[in-house]
Amino acid sequence: MRRHGYARDALIETLHTVQQSFGYLDKESLKFVAASLRVSLSQTYGVATFYHFFTLKPPGEHTCLVCLGTACYIKGAGALVDQAEKTLGVKCGETTPGGKASLLQARCLGSCSVAPVVVYDGELVGNEDPVHLQEHINGWMHA
Amino acid sequence: MTAEELDQIVETVRARRQQVPREINVCVAAGCLALHSEALKDALEKSAATAGISCRVRGAGCMGLCSAGPLVSVEPEALLYQHVKSEQADALMRSLKGEPAQNIQCSREQPFFARQVNVVLENSGKIDPEKVEEYIAADGYRALLHALTEMTPAEVIQEISSSGLRGRGGAGYPTGLKWGTVAKAGGPTKYAICNADEGDPGAFMDRSVLESDPHCVLEGMTIAAYAVGATQGFLYVRAEYPLAVKRLEKAIREARHLGFLGNQICGTTFGFDLEIRLGAGAFVCGEETALIASIEGKRGIPQPRPPYPAQSGLWDKPTLINNVETYANVAPILRRGGAWYSAMGTAKSKGTKVFALTGRVKNTGLIEVPMGMTLREIVFDIGGGMPEGRKFKAVQTGGPSGGCLPEECLDTSVDYESLKEAGSIMGSGGMIVMDETSCMVNVARYFMEFCMSESCGKCIPCRAGTAQMFDILQRITRGQAGQRDLDMLIDLCDMVSATSLCGLGQTAPNPVLSTLRYFKEEYLEHIHAKRCLAGECQMAAGAGS
Amino acid sequence: MTQTVDVKTLKIDGADISARADQTILEAALEHNIAIPTLCHLDGLSDVGACRLCLVEVAGTSRLFPSCVTLVEEGMQISTQSDRLQKYRRMTLELLFAERNHVCSVCVSNGACELQTLGQSHGLTHIEFPYRFPKQPVDASHERFTIDHNRCILCTRCVRVCAEIEGAHTWDVMGRGETSRVITDLDQPWGTSESCTSCGKCVQACPTGALFEKSQVGTGSKKKPGFIPFLNEMRETQS
Repeated sequence: MRRHGYARDALIETLHTVQQSFGYLDKESLKFVAASLRVSLSQTYGVATFYHFFTLKPPGEHTCLVCLGTACYIKGAGALVDQAEKTLGVKCGETTPGGKASLLQARCLGSCSVAPVVVYDGELVGNEDPVHLQEHINGWMHA
Repeated sequence: MTAEELDQIVETVRARRQQVPREINVCVAAGCLALHSEALKDALEKSAATAGISCRVRGAGCMGLCSAGPLVSVEPEALLYQHVKSEQADALMRSLKGEPAQNIQCSREQPFFARQVNVVLENSGKIDPEKVEEYIAADGYRALLHALTEMTPAEVIQEISSSGLRGRGGAGYPTGLKWGTVAKAGGPTKYAICNADEGDPGAFMDRSVLESDPHCVLEGMTIAAYAVGATQGFLYVRAEYPLAVKRLEKAIREARHLGFLGNQICGTTFGFDLEIRLGAGAFVCGEETALIASIEGKRGIPQPRPPYPAQSGLWDKPTLINNVETYANVAPILRRGGAWYSAMGTAKSKGTKVFALTGRVKNTGLIEVPMGMTLREIVFDIGGGMPEGRKFKAVQTGGPSGGCLPEECLDTSVDYESLKEAGSIMGSGGMIVMDETSCMVNVARYFMEFCMSESCGKCIPCRAGTAQMFDILQRITRGQAGQRDLDMLIDLCDMVSATSLCGLGQTAPNPVLSTLRYFKEEYLEHIHAKRCLAGECQMAAGAGS
Repeated sequence: MTQTVDVKTLKIDGADISARADQTILEAALEHNIAIPTLCHLDGLSDVGACRLCLVEVAGTSRLFPSCVTLVEEGMQISTQSDRLQKYRRMTLELLFAERNHVCSVCVSNGACELQTLGQSHGLTHIEFPYRFPKQPVDASHERFTIDHNRCILCTRCVRVCAEIEGAHTWDVMGRGETSRVITDLDQPWGTSESCTSCGKCVQACPTGALFEKSQVGTGSKKKPGFIPFLNEMRETQS
């Protein structure tokens, strides 16, 4: 915030930094940012919830992100989501009860030529198939 | 920075190349990185040392044929290797000594490369995107120097106008005209924005350019700023592109260091500097007024236009917004002249276009072709045609704002007007090939779901209309719809496209309309026979009973 | 040298109109008693062009223009009641009625609701689109007011009156698309909001029965937002 001179338009950049540091946007951070940038609480909350990149819930220990862009969809991303939901027992956007893993979806990561794509804990894997995905996730859950 | 100083840098690079003439370039753009090309680069370095081959192993940008990645090119022999795994590093080195390495050798003569015309992509895959001197050695920043020291802003605009360049983000608005409007606008403060929010699923042209040749975008933007009188610029990059952001940050630092950004650029009175602003996962922020709202720290909600950003944009000041690819064309046009550019392409669509060719086709990756090439040439010559045993069904262009074109449209010329007439749009460059396993109703449903979830929610037609249209499409794919649903869908398509506030809602019906136009029988099969011809849709229990 | 007022002449539904260059089509029409339906517009607040009910046709282009934010231009030929426009308006209203849970018979604003009145004046007798029946909450935590999200049409008049007139900016919108919802502070119960001044402007600005006063019983409670342009004028004359 200091780098941006506490300008109101630094809100999104600041929220990015908060999420990078804490993994998600918690209420205390939102209050602090709102007060520092002199933006209303409701406006801050409105911005935080408008953009899908931001999450207000703590992420799981591991994140499995399946890309659902057009190329990935055509190449079978649907089957990957189905497998992930079955293996983890949660729906897309949710975290397993013990907090071990979160299943997320993205709308296109721009790696379309190696579709379908899955990102495991920040690491992008191309040409993925449901068997590998199941193995990978099971590796987390039974570690 | 003077011309002589640029020459000196070129000389340094040339001398370095003379010392060690052999270069082994490993693609380190996102696609190949996902296939472990970073580890491959290390392996090649080790292999070269072991084999005693004098060479420089470096990371380079995207070489285009992503489906054959990881890709490695060797200069000056102009060799290309494909599907190279780290374990094959030794085999590659041996092939340089004469031993054949058939399974990884890749021909540069094949149509995929031979039929392309690289303007925007001319440096991609050839230079190290993290070394500005290589950009300079490839004639980089000559255009900027020339523009600032030997041309007036009006002359720059004239050159761009004469080239016929049209906005490459999708709308195809004449670039020179846009620049002229901003230039004419009054006031001391103006902004230049680069729209790098490439949200179309299936499109990665902008990402590739930013990762492989960031300086060409910076140079183009700075020239544009000079032409319109902007003093500050913003690069709005989606958060899903961290590598592009990293490369841009480095490039901006290098440009500042060499005096290509900041005060008194190239020793003139012109000053311009840039800042990166991150997107945060909102497709609608690719719309100009929503993008502006996002930079202002607000929710990405579009505003009614007029007023247009050119007159009243960022913080109500005259603002130029152009797409990454549009800016990337600027320096080449100034170097070689508007006439050179307008000699390529068709009467109304000049120059070249970068496409991300993906889906069910043999060769997927990034290509750049002159406007006017046909879809057939792109899919079957450059794309290599359909994989074994598959039949072409449709090619989708323009993302969620575009359409699906069937076999009968394959001879359509790829230009703004022809694609529109055929029922699609040029869009930003995503081109997805589909075969007989894709249900076109399901494709329409997929795109409508996308529009529904990306709708900002401000205007009723888009917010509530896309939801209703999605529900109808969902019912159709499940065999739960009747003729009345289809009539309602068509009515909604008309209303939503006519009354929505911004381009997202206005074009959301396009995939439905184009699939209705060319694949109506599929809709009717689902509705009346409760059957999916492609075998993709699961009919709901009880449907058809 | 004083600035002379720039006057434009144009036609609305065939009638000759003259208007100031800085007026919108809607303002010019209202001054001449030509009715154009609106929902997100409220006298005294900024205009956002969101509901699309005020769209009009302009000769020479197939494009439709939101009259609340489009400035008049010399020689414009505007149509406000064509069949096409009426069809789109009906569909817009139908989409609204199907979007959330608008049950007039149990609503405090029954008989005094802008959405209901528009439905009636556009001859809506039934809704073509399937009702979506989303689960929307009711927040009665505030001492004096209640918000029933089932009746909200996301016109954002409450957001604008709170931000532009009261200055508290207690209300804003969270989420996007269908998941949008108006919220107070950090999407907390209204009664716990620390920024709300309990002025009640939002209740008066709300066109439906989404925001209402607890003291109001039965139906037919009329809202009184007339104070808004008055407050604007008072503020201007005092500075």
